[in-house]
Formats: sequence, structure tokens, C-alpha cells
Amino acid sequence: MKVLVTGISSRFGHLVAQELLQGDHQVLGVDRRPWPDAPAEVEMFRGDIRKRPVEDVFRTWKPEAVIHMATVTHLARRMRERYRINLGGTRAVVDHCQCYGVKQLLFVGRHTFYGADAESPLYHTEAEPPMAVTTFPELADLVAADLFAGTALWRVPELDTVVLRLAYVLGPARHGTLCSYLRGPRVPTVLGFDPLFQFLHERDAARALRLALEHRLRGVFNVAGPQPIPLSTLIRATGRRNVPVPQPLFHRVTGRFGLPHLPRGAVNHIKYPVVVDDGSFREATGYTPEYDEVQTMESFRVVADPF
Amino acid sequence: MYANRVDERGSKVLPEWSRRVIADEEVERAVRRLDVPFNEFGLDPYGISQDHLITFFSLLAPFYRHYFSVKTFGAEHVPESGRVMVVGNHSGGLPVDGAMVLTSLLLALEQPRLGQGMVEKFANRWPFVSHWFSRVGQFTGLPEHAVRLLEDDRCLMVFPEGARGTGKLYRDRYQLVRFGTGFLRLALTTQTPIVPFAFIGGEEALPTVMHLKKAARWIGAPYIPVSAYGLPIPLPISCQVFYGEPLRFEGTGRETDDVIQGYVATVQERIRELIEEGRAWRRDAVRQGQLPGTGEGT
Repeated sequence: MKVLVTGISSRFGHLVAQELLQGDHQVLGVDRRPWPDAPAEVEMFRGDIRKRPVEDVFRTWKPEAVIHMATVTHLARRMRERYRINLGGTRAVVDHCQCYGVKQLLFVGRHTFYGADAESPLYHTEAEPPMAVTTFPELADLVAADLFAGTALWRVPELDTVVLRLAYVLGPARHGTLCSYLRGPRVPTVLGFDPLFQFLHERDAARALRLALEHRLRGVFNVAGPQPIPLSTLIRATGRRNVPVPQPLFHRVTGRFGLPHLPRGAVNHIKYPVVVDDGSFREATGYTPEYDEVQTMESFRVVADPF
Repeated sequence: MYANRVDERGSKVLPEWSRRVIADEEVERAVRRLDVPFNEFGLDPYGISQDHLITFFSLLAPFYRHYFSVKTFGAEHVPESGRVMVVGNHSGGLPVDGAMVLTSLLLALEQPRLGQGMVEKFANRWPFVSHWFSRVGQFTGLPEHAVRLLEDDRCLMVFPEGARGTGKLYRDRYQLVRFGTGFLRLALTTQTPIVPFAFIGGEEALPTVMHLKKAARWIGAPYIPVSAYGLPIPLPISCQVFYGEPLRFEGTGRETDDVIQGYVATVQERIRELIEEGRAWRRDAVRQGQLPGTGEGT
């Protein structure tokens, strides 16, 4: 299958490209950032998905499937830019898919869609609404992008659209929200709270994307990894030190004393769990994670800086 | 091999000293015999932790055995395995009843069971309470949680009176207030037997004469009980748990409210009978001098 991957220059993008190549797929990559040592089999295009040169890639190369993961979270303070990339970009991708006869579209979403709150249940199913909008307003653009990608299911019925809501990704590539939270030697937590964290190994995540395409899924699916474990155990098993901070002081100490900065809404996500049920994805694709929770944490610990 | 992988890096869920200092032998044995799928960290898919269970119930066991000297009757009515709902009356202004029923499910049964309560929503907002309740399987009372746990063949502890029930004053003791209907619909949809129980003694242990409502709002609770002697601390008065035979109802859970109300009334009536049996037993026991305390309230 000829697959176009947007946002391929991220570390996770590289893994997805490798995974697709191993599955004998042809890979086209689009990103604003370069990928200098890309494998020769990957056809790379530099550019912005909202600009004409990328539309021309669709026109001339006619991909059969598109994996859209050019969404950002790290621009915490530049919301306007985030809306342009996450919503404008998704819109452009769906339009191009419709226009140039793409058969499958895979949108890579996040399990934080469901939001963390004292009153939200463990094991969210795809039938639940996105509470993240209220519990973590900074995620609103990603929630909107996820829901908007889902509208392609009825707006462009001939296109098989699948939205995957991936749990946190953990692994030696050290890519993603959870890895940056665990980056330093000391990890701030909220005193008196110890939520379950659900994560999967980066290779399992990449494999899940390939499986979703190969099984030609349509619809919205949660993708999780091994059994979730408490945050305190995760911190200890990855060789970090847990620094419990009373909640009233939390925003005064984070971003200082070697502790990472966290957006305001993120506090809920380290007080309460976001745990998803990925039963329907497993049933539809036969997916089971190859890395268990101990192997996954270990793979992150051994490459991360020793403290 | 698994255990080794975890132990080498000291990745226990709780530090070793907590187990050495607090652990009660009988509790530890019972927790190890629980029919719950713990992984190599001693955690189940909901984050319930063996270490936390041992510590939690080791702290409750002295209350069960000595402070409230709880006696359990009809333990044979609680099935050894498979999904079940134990449903009973609230007794006392603090969740002493829940804690003692959970302990009786663990310590008084042939095959110990882990009772999982459906906790009021405010508790999960409190630091430490939130942490501990999630590690010992006491989750927020959401229908999603109930259905999932029952489908996993767990044992659910339900007080259909809800906060209305714990908020009873001493003068209304052992009068059941209105039952919710949600539990019965869940029992029907998941085909779960209901084991009714009566908890006796909580209302004498903490005779609530009034509630502080404004102060409670500050901490996010529905009320703070004020006892006859001022402090919201239960007295060391003996308590009993009476389990009744399982009740089974046929249905889909999509019946109209009046049908469900009828089933709920059956459960409520059965609990009322158990309460009466319990109070009668208690009066006798006091008269014969087998029970400490006065038996005045019953």
C-alpha cells in the first residue's frame, strides 16, 4: 500500500515509517522539519500540509492511505498557531483525501480526549463524550481535531476514516507527553493523589497504526497497552524520584527547582486517571501489546539519562 | 521470574516497612486467597493493590475484632465466587458500616471476598482518601464502574439509601429511607444475585443528633455528624452483620419504573426483616449478658 505520513519527522513518525516499510508498504513522508537520515525507501517532502506544494504531492503521487499525525501539543502558549496546525491542517488533509481519491485516512488522536476528573470512570469506551474540554481546556483544539476528523466518516463516506485514540507512548525514542513529563530526575506529583497511568511501548503504538490500515478500520477506536499502573510505581520503575507537592503550591514550584513546567489543566491528569478500554480495537485487529508494562518502563529507563 | 524482575529495582507498590509494621497475619492470608487477578506488581486491572489491601484491612481488623467486636451471621449466603451485590442498610453517621461489612467479607467468609463499595463522589476529591480508596477498590459510585466490576465477577457492596441513609439522626435509627432503583436495574442487566444484609449497632456507636452543613461545604462533604457527646467519633459498641439468602430477579433491566420499584420493595422488605431479626438477637444477647453495652437503642 502507498502510505503518506504527515508529521513524519517526529521520533514517533520515524518509528511509524520503519514499521510500514517492514510491512512492505511504500512510504511517502511530509513534514515542515527535515529528516536528514531518512531511509532511502522513504520519499520525503518538506512542506506545510496547508500549502500548495503538499497538495501537489497528493496529486502526483496518489497515495492510497494517509496517516495524519502532524498535530502539536507543545506550543502551550501559542494557541492561535496550534489551532491553525491542528484544525486547519486536519481540514486540508481530509479535503485532499476526498479530492485525490485516497481510500483510507488514519487520524492519530490521544486518549486524554476523555479527560481526567474525580467523577470520570475507569476504562472509557468510545461511546463517551470528550470531558477533556472542561478538565483540561488547553486540549480543546486536539479534542476538536479528533471530532472533526471523525466527521469525515459521514462527509466523505467513500473514504475509510479511522480515528485512533492512543494511550501515552513510552519508549527509548522518548517521544510524547508522558516522556517529557518523566524527563527529569525529579517528577512532581500532587500530594495525596496517585492515579493509574496507561501507556504503551512506542513500537506497539506504531504497529497499532499499521494494523488499523491493514484491517481497513472505519470508526473511532481506543488503543491501549498493558495493564495500567499507579503513577508512583511508574516514576520509581523508570528510575525517577517522586516529589509530591501539596496542590496549593503546585504551580509555584513546577518550572523551578529542576521540575518540569506543566500547563494548568495538566494537574487533573496527574490527580485522576485516564484509562481507556481498547477491547473493540483488539477484537477488530487481533492486536495485543508485545511489550508488557515492565519491559516498556525498562526500555525508557535504560536510554534516559541516568540520575 | 516476574517477581524478581520487579523486586530487584525495589518497585513494590508500598515500602516494605509498612507491611512489616502493620500487616496482620490473618488479613495477609485472606488477601492472598482473594480471587482477583493481580499482576507481578500485585495490582489488578483497576489498580487495586495487594500491599494496600493488606495495610488497609490490617488497620481495620482491630476495629472489627475488638473495638466494635463485630459478629457475622449468615456468611454462607455470600457466594464463594462469581458476581454478587451485597445490599444493605446504612447504620451510623460515618462509613463505619461499610468498613465493617468489607472486613467481614474478607475475614468471616470461608472463601474471602473483596467487597467493592460505590463511594460518594466527594471522597475522590480529597487527597489521600482518593489515593487509598482507588488502591483498595472503593471506586466512585458510577454505573459504568458497577457494570464493569460485575461483568468481571466481582463483589459489589451497595447501600441503596445513599447519603440519605448515613444522614439519619438517632431518633430515626433503623428506619430505612427511600431506596434508589439504579442498583436493581444493574443487577438485572448483569444477571447478578443480590445478597441482602442488615448492619446493626452503628447507630448506637455514633448517635447523631444533628448535622453541620455549612462547615461541611468547605470540605466538600454533604454533612458533618455531631454526636450526642459532641465529637464525631464512634463509641466502642458491638456491631453485627446479618447476611440473608441471595435474591434473584428475572429481567433485562429495561423494565418500566413501577416494575423495578416492586423488585426494590422486595429487597427493602427483606432488609427490614433482617434488621428486625438482628435487633431481636441483640436484645436477647444483652439480656443474657453476652453482649457488652446496654442495648438501649435497639
